[in-house]
Amino acid sequence: MHNPSTLSDATSQPLTLDAVSHSYGDALAVDRVTLEVRAGELVALLGPSGCGKSTLLRIVAGFINQTEGRVIIGDRVVDPLPPNRREVGIVFQSYALFPHMTVAENIGYGLEARGESKATCRERVQEMLATVRMEGFGERKPRQLSGGQQQRVALARALAVRPRILLLDEPFAALDKNLRLDMQIEIKRLQRQFGLTAIMVTHDQDEAMSIADRIAVMSRGRIEQLGSPVAIYDEPETLFVNDFIGSSNRFEGSVETVASDLYGVRLASGAIWTVTSRRSFSKGDPVLVTIRPEQLALTSKAAPDTIPVSLKLSLPIGGELIHDVESPAGEAFKVASPRRPGASLDMSSSMHCALAAHAKPILFPRPAA
Amino acid sequence: MSSAATGERMGVEWRLAAPLGLTYLAFFAAPLVILLVMSFSVDDNLGGFTIASWVKFWGDPFYRGVVWDTLRLGLVAVAVTTLFAYPIALLFVASSPGMQRLLLFIVLLPLLTSVVIRTFAWIVILSREGVLNQALLALGLTSVPLNLLQTELGLVIALTQIEMPLMLLPLITVMGQIDPSLSDASRALGSSRWRTFRKVIVPLSLPGWIAGATLVFASATTAFISQTVIGGARLVYLPTLIWQQAMVVYNWPFAAVASVTLLVAVLAGVSAFAMLGRFARTS
Repeated sequence: MHNPSTLSDATSQPLTLDAVSHSYGDALAVDRVTLEVRAGELVALLGPSGCGKSTLLRIVAGFINQTEGRVIIGDRVVDPLPPNRREVGIVFQSYALFPHMTVAENIGYGLEARGESKATCRERVQEMLATVRMEGFGERKPRQLSGGQQQRVALARALAVRPRILLLDEPFAALDKNLRLDMQIEIKRLQRQFGLTAIMVTHDQDEAMSIADRIAVMSRGRIEQLGSPVAIYDEPETLFVNDFIGSSNRFEGSVETVASDLYGVRLASGAIWTVTSRRSFSKGDPVLVTIRPEQLALTSKAAPDTIPVSLKLSLPIGGELIHDVESPAGEAFKVASPRRPGASLDMSSSMHCALAAHAKPILFPRPAA
Repeated sequence: MSSAATGERMGVEWRLAAPLGLTYLAFFAAPLVILLVMSFSVDDNLGGFTIASWVKFWGDPFYRGVVWDTLRLGLVAVAVTTLFAYPIALLFVASSPGMQRLLLFIVLLPLLTSVVIRTFAWIVILSREGVLNQALLALGLTSVPLNLLQTELGLVIALTQIEMPLMLLPLITVMGQIDPSLSDASRALGSSRWRTFRKVIVPLSLPGWIAGATLVFASATTAFISQTVIGGARLVYLPTLIWQQAMVVYNWPFAAVASVTLLVAVLAGVSAFAMLGRFARTS
């Protein structure tokens, strides 16, 4: 039914934030953020509440004028433009559908504002309803729709005007867990189909991981790390990113041997782990070693790189068993192992924790106590 | 529940409602009936039956003019309070909580003084030697003092201030409930501020405006004190007319005709606003 030539004509444009800062009075909300979003790319701004991600979104939309820096869409500095001239589409957390208008009027709202003819509006509204698979809902009022349907309408409304940039503000926060994945796929599909440059703001790492091409992890107004979801997860550059994304164990230790980028680290329990790091450390440096629970394994064999542990608790979480263990040195940490029905852990012998195959522990400098 | 028990309960409910019901009958319904009967009476002893007072009232262009002036005063008061209330309501919604408390206090201020005092205060402000004229003369905006007392303009100015809370309170209540991201959405979709106001804010704030307009209309058309003190003898509205006929001329049947007319006129205005509300909700 819909015509691909009119749908794929969105001209994807890159978005550049150039040293953008914003302060509310004395409080610095965004601190010299520089970010380049490539044309057709979806970047997630991920961070805890108050990290400045929503302020950044409102700056791009033009609702806030940043105190410093520039916002560039395509090759045009948009800072002097009011929100209605920026050609930015937004999907709000609350969807912000106009309650006094029908679905069709909501979708046509932006087209009418741009002075499109009645016929063009009607045609485009039908096209957008088909795109978000909501044909036949045009005459309904928003309150007659479910959360997922409201979001589809909000998306259709934002895309109807062919925005140059799509902004998604916590788009899945108000949805049921089951519906969330469906809508993530839907948004990803539309973003690809339209070749849209998009920014999504979220505090939910799973959301960011699943649909973003790159993730910018934010904290205290700054971007801590920008990278692909895999890179963010496997190679966190800061302790904040390490702790914020996924779950992770921390061990205190000190560097014993140095061989180019290979460091032998002695942990509190006496185990020695060999860790590669791009950071440089000297012999004797206090360090923190972090490792994901799934990169540790429980074994009955003691070795120089194992930690003797006692098992405190095992929780089955989905397909995994999470073991809460403690070493004699007082290090408490978590180990994850795949859960197989019927198989049970051998509790009789003494237990040790070892690095799993292909484990990649990460070294961070630790201030000496 | 058995029918006997239901009957018992009905009996109890009747007895509970009886004191209020009787009060209404004695002090609200009965006087209304007497008023109606009086308007068809020959004299103030409720004697005889005649439609002479009605014919005299509606046959005279002067009295028809008074009815029209009264309704127009109500509509103008609604229009002017609306004109001032929307900007204030927009400011209120956009303000910080502390600022909102201050604004609310300023809005409620007129209600904290008595109508009589407020009205006399306006005489001080509006008179030829008053504050407003002094200021206008000093600024060179006018060379001769403006005549504002005993004019409709002066009356509308005073009524606007006095009745502003009636318009503002319902309006800011409703506007405070509008999701602020609706305006953001409208702006991002390419609407100017003005179009956003027209297409989103006004339709969604309509229930509040209708409540406010109803209150302002009903109170402006019946504002006897303001109308007589500021309007003086030169401006005659229905409440003034009723007072003159009842207390000065002692023509009670004629005063009753004017009273019933005022009652019906105000009710008509109020129901027109209510109908507007129903129409807006369904469309």
